[in-house]
Amino acid sequence: MHSLAVNQIIGYVFIGIGLLFDFFGVLGLVRLPDVYNRLQAATKCVTFGSAGILIGVLIYSGFTAMGFKALICAIFILLTSPVSAHAIARAAHRSGIKLTDKTIIDLYQKDKELRK
Amino acid sequence: MKVIRWFIGLIIIFAFLIINFVVFTEIPFNYKLINILLFCSVFILIRVVKGPTVADRIVAIDILGTLIIGVCALLAIALDRSFYIDIGMAWGLQSFIGALALAKFLEGRSLDA
Repeated sequence: MHSLAVNQIIGYVFIGIGLLFDFFGVLGLVRLPDVYNRLQAATKCVTFGSAGILIGVLIYSGFTAMGFKALICAIFILLTSPVSAHAIARAAHRSGIKLTDKTIIDLYQKDKELRK
Repeated sequence: MKVIRWFIGLIIIFAFLIINFVVFTEIPFNYKLINILLFCSVFILIRVVKGPTVADRIVAIDILGTLIIGVCALLAIALDRSFYIDIGMAWGLQSFIGALALAKFLEGRSLDA
């Protein structure tokens, strides 16, 4: 590590935050007891983690070709990842995968019963 | 039993951090950052192998795609080539479409309706 510029230092800080979020999201994916809990932890944290890494690349390299590609890729991730997470959660609930035993309330199930 | 599992996990994580940042000193710093993401993908593969239902595996594969975008971005910095981010964008698109199609199959509908 010799003679980094200021934007490179800030870029490395963003990349470090992104790596930390990635690691905690994956830890939640391994640790939590249920499909929905795993989806919640993993999708939020991994989305912010990879978007943070891409924003770090943007700050690191400035407004060059690499920076603009990283910005476009970050916007793409932030748009598409909640959509796929919602689709997976809805499909899992509709295909009848059980919730964990410690669940207190299941409003989506109640809503489906009311609609019938 | 739970305490033993926690200790095994903590020992694995700290052993990885020490080996990555202390033992091998001649590796450049950017490659060490990539090693962290590869270590995370090992956990995802554990969930893919072990997951009790199909939805667990779909979630894990979807998140593996998101991690690979981060690996591609870090490779673009480490090797100073900008086309690695293009590979990441293409991978993210494939992962998104694959996750939507698998969710639709899991729900019990066909791809037409």
